[in-house]
Amino acid sequence: MQISARRHDKTTIFDLSGDIDFANSPVVRESVLREIRESRTPRVLLNLSQVRYMDSSGVASLVEGLKASRDLGSRFILVGLSTSTRDVLQLSRLIKVFEIYDNEEQAMAS
Amino acid sequence: MLALYSNPKWLSVTRAAVDRLAEVLGFPVEQCRSITRAVDEALTNIVRHSYRNRPDQPIAMYFRKAHRRQDGQVQQGLEILLCDRGPAVEACKLQGRSLDEIRPGGLGLHFIRQAMNTVEFTRKGPTNRLRLVKYLAQENSVL
Repeated sequence: MQISARRHDKTTIFDLSGDIDFANSPVVRESVLREIRESRTPRVLLNLSQVRYMDSSGVASLVEGLKASRDLGSRFILVGLSTSTRDVLQLSRLIKVFEIYDNEEQAMAS
Repeated sequence: MLALYSNPKWLSVTRAAVDRLAEVLGFPVEQCRSITRAVDEALTNIVRHSYRNRPDQPIAMYFRKAHRRQDGQVQQGLEILLCDRGPAVEACKLQGRSLDEIRPGGLGLHFIRQAMNTVEFTRKGPTNRLRLVKYLAQENSVL
């Protein structure tokens, strides 16, 4: 799994690739929470278009990011969900809880 | 049979093997994905809860064909047995949580139960045994 961050206006965009599982979800969690809590970025966007697999610990990391964002009044956006990633959010009944866009352009325009 | 240690780095390797096995046995793509997810979550539970994140503990996985009689026909399937030597697990902790809550954690068991036809946990001597079975729809059977 690889994760990198870039900034655009008042948005921090995380580009993730590979599998998010129990071995590496702590890295995702820490990176995202640090950005939300310390940098106080108004909008955090996770580009998941290159994520092939996500387990329940990955979903848990997303939920923590969402909650931290809500606490601080910022937006937490998911972009480019693969079939597999969409599946786990649907199975968790969390798909409607997140703000989700097909691609980065749509998310940035929202 | 597949023997591995409880190091999370092996999870991706196991996922690849299980996904390919399910595919070869004729499961549709979405069921290959859900079976793989179930096994991955079960292994993660062993690493986290049974072995408390110790990376050097033994896990054994056994795979074999399963079959059952359903509506007068024999239905083929895949049986996966996961064994670990951690402390005995309390059955009441294997329930999973309500999906009405929006909070992290507690989803793994839900994914396992959603994917598999049979989920059975037993303790035999010093070994925790999780038996997972998924049956093929008749038209997909190549077993």
